[in-house]
Amino acid sequence: MSKARFTKAWLAALIALAPLSAETIVIQNATIMTVSKGTIKGSVVLKDGKIADVGEKVMVPTGATVIDASGQYVIPGIIDCHSHIAADGGINEGSVSVSSMVDIRDVINPEDIAIYRALAGGVTTANILHGSANAIGGCTLPLKMRWGKDAQGMIFEGATPGIKFALGENPKRAGNPQGGRGATATVQARYPATRMGVEDTIREAFNEAKAYKADWDAYNANVARGEHPIPPRKDLKLDPLKEVLEGKRYVHAHCYRADEILMLIRVADDYGFKIRTFQHVLEGYKVAKEIAAHGAGASTFSDWWSYKVEAFDAIPYNAALMTKKGIVVSLNSDDAELMRHLNSEAGKAMKYGGMSETEALAMVTLNPAKQLGIDNRVGSIEVGKDGDLVIYDKFPLSDYAKVQKVLIDGMVYFDRDKEVSGRAAKAAEKQKLIEKEKQNQQRQQPQRRPTGQGGQAQ
Amino acid sequence: MKKLITALLLLCAYAFAESPQAVAIRNAKIVTVSGPVIGKGTVVVRNGLIEAVGENVPVPADAWVVDGEGLTVYPGLIDALSTVGIAGAAPAAATATAGRGGRGQTTTTTATPAVAAAPVERARGPEDRPSTTSWLIAADEIQAADRRIETVRSGGFTTAVTFPTRGIFAGQGSVIDLLSGEKSGEMVLVPSVGQYISLSRGGGGGGGGFGSGFPGALMGYISYVRQIYLDAAHYQLVKDAYAKDPRGMPRPEYDRALEGVLESKRILLPANRLVEIDRMLRFAAELKQPAILYGARESYRPEAAELLKKSGAPVLVSMRWPEAPRDANPEDVDSFRTLETRDKAASAPAVLKKAGVQFALYTDGLDQPREIQRAVKKAIDAGLSREDAIRALTLSPAEIYHVADRVGSIEKGKIGNLLVTRGEIFDDRTRVELIFVDGRKYTPATDTAAPGGRGPVTDDPGGNR
Repeated sequence: MSKARFTKAWLAALIALAPLSAETIVIQNATIMTVSKGTIKGSVVLKDGKIADVGEKVMVPTGATVIDASGQYVIPGIIDCHSHIAADGGINEGSVSVSSMVDIRDVINPEDIAIYRALAGGVTTANILHGSANAIGGCTLPLKMRWGKDAQGMIFEGATPGIKFALGENPKRAGNPQGGRGATATVQARYPATRMGVEDTIREAFNEAKAYKADWDAYNANVARGEHPIPPRKDLKLDPLKEVLEGKRYVHAHCYRADEILMLIRVADDYGFKIRTFQHVLEGYKVAKEIAAHGAGASTFSDWWSYKVEAFDAIPYNAALMTKKGIVVSLNSDDAELMRHLNSEAGKAMKYGGMSETEALAMVTLNPAKQLGIDNRVGSIEVGKDGDLVIYDKFPLSDYAKVQKVLIDGMVYFDRDKEVSGRAAKAAEKQKLIEKEKQNQQRQQPQRRPTGQGGQAQ
Repeated sequence: MKKLITALLLLCAYAFAESPQAVAIRNAKIVTVSGPVIGKGTVVVRNGLIEAVGENVPVPADAWVVDGEGLTVYPGLIDALSTVGIAGAAPAAATATAGRGGRGQTTTTTATPAVAAAPVERARGPEDRPSTTSWLIAADEIQAADRRIETVRSGGFTTAVTFPTRGIFAGQGSVIDLLSGEKSGEMVLVPSVGQYISLSRGGGGGGGGFGSGFPGALMGYISYVRQIYLDAAHYQLVKDAYAKDPRGMPRPEYDRALEGVLESKRILLPANRLVEIDRMLRFAAELKQPAILYGARESYRPEAAELLKKSGAPVLVSMRWPEAPRDANPEDVDSFRTLETRDKAASAPAVLKKAGVQFALYTDGLDQPREIQRAVKKAIDAGLSREDAIRALTLSPAEIYHVADRVGSIEKGKIGNLLVTRGEIFDDRTRVELIFVDGRKYTPATDTAAPGGRGPVTDDPGGNR
């Protein structure tokens, strides 16, 4: 990295930190928690953005940059299955009960500082979800936290896109004429206002989607026969639901109560689609068997509950109990701050429910990767997977562990030493701008005569 | 000489706009913009058109003569994005404010006053085509009596590209000459030059929260625009098929929203931050629409200029440079990006020029001559040459809207739109002496330049406030 880049303003400097091309890197003498293949003391070799080798003894390629991680720990990059960062102009298209026409992909904000902060907390991939104001929400997608890249450069290439569903209080709140956060004097109530209505809204949308899909299937069949019919109107609301029916788009369903979880499973079975993950799913432990039978994953909180009525009947053993019933469970943040220490969230799974270190760590790495269908690329430290790694100074599931370096695609995107040592320069740069602005303002202000009030007095 | 001045004064007193058959301005410095500066020369305007310009142009016998000693003649300025003449329109403002950095939601919807706002009908979704008046053409809406016409003209503007700006597909802009009290039809150069698209809600509502009308969030706006273009393409397909052979085919429903979209030559998209510039350039390419970006606050960033250069899309830079909020809590510290933007925004024109991006400046609701002068001066102080500043307000906007064969420079055969100043344009003490629009002579309105004030008929444009 050239020196000239560092002379720029601090954000520019941060952007410059984003490496341009992957060099070969060897991380040596580390405790490597691979998640899929146990914990070893040894080295990882990263080449062309991928993990080229991992083991107690590895061949160090000539010209490789060596990172000595003596006494330190290496884990796979953390994956947050439920995040709302890095989006511009609102995370909820809350005006309608079915907002499947909107897509987070259109509003990615690669300059959201929350990305850098998440990165500094070891997160390398995050599933950016639409909000939960609607029974059927907007389209979603996973991003890699490639701080410094543009919007397109953030997208986890090749990952199956998703769509947000939401059950219970949030989607019905906007419909409640008696109040709730959404309904004010100026805002009209919106259907649905009950859990029954939420179910109906989803069913109605899929009735429409089925008819829409039939139109397109008929059209495609005609085209295949060599005819030239006019295609049906492309409907951005129904297109994603058609994709859900075709298994090309994952459903991530926000839910709390056991009854609504069962409801959605019934709806999905009726219409022939799958729920990929239940999100929050605080009562999942009550219906774990049914969730497992459906094949859905569960992405929950470690020990957060009672923040609203539907979140009362929750227990911190939820993650462990669901795991024991055979569900792939992840722990998510749903929050830009919590996102920065998902490692300690994973640690809580050891306390509540007696998960092993590996099982706990998997809940923020391999399991969310499986839930997002990207476990062929990320989630564990294996040869051939992406070079997405986090180096901690201490045991990573501890509150005392600090992230030292974060690598994505085999490139260093966060370096604690550089961050800390660069702070003074950044602060000075900022102070300079503040002073400059102040001076300009003073120059523009008309000169005032001193009022004498204490002016000359000692 | 004395006689001439007296004659001039008399003329001023006699009538507001005089339109003699021919006018000759002689012995003036002439900044043609399209060619070299003429140190001392003559411009002749006859029947609204420039008849001759040059060093040794004879003064026709029948022409009113203006002695240009000590005067400079420029092409009339062009405001590349305006709402002048549109009743009840808020002056154009790009969607996003510089924001406070930090968390993602930096695109804030600014509250514009609800001047004659139509009642917002609650839409269930894009199928109801909320906030769309794509069929509106500014030329049809011009109020010749709008007092802003005089205010803006007094600052040296002879031409404006004026747009309806309410709604998402607000309507089609027109190039108009700023004549006073005439029939609006006389003012129009080109009735439709493009569709104005906004991605935030002007006039109340807005916000991405629960329960307000569709669309609420930025992604809703984008999806809405995308759906309209998909529908327009489909509509065209069905219409063409029906036109070819209507027999046995159900009649396609006439849709004025889609008609308005289809007849628009190009689209204007809002983009202030680098992220927005990137997003909108991609969006325009996806929609396969020739686009002009407006706002462009962060186009001072080299990455932004590079993107714009690569895309070839022209950009309209708002002259409403961001400023620190007046009554801000002194404890609050803005993000680095916000501070940097306030520091560097006015250097955007210089950066764009250097990068070879086609750009024009627009007033963005600034209409007092003094405000405009200060704003341009700021860009000049930040590295833009005076010549390029003039070009960005004359020939460049004319080229962007494909009217450079008519306006934007002082050339034989072009429309007689001239600005005559004492002193160099955009200097502190320079005075606008005369303005010619379509060869009709105007003198600047007195007392429009109340220090720091806004015109009495100007709506608060929101903008950076």
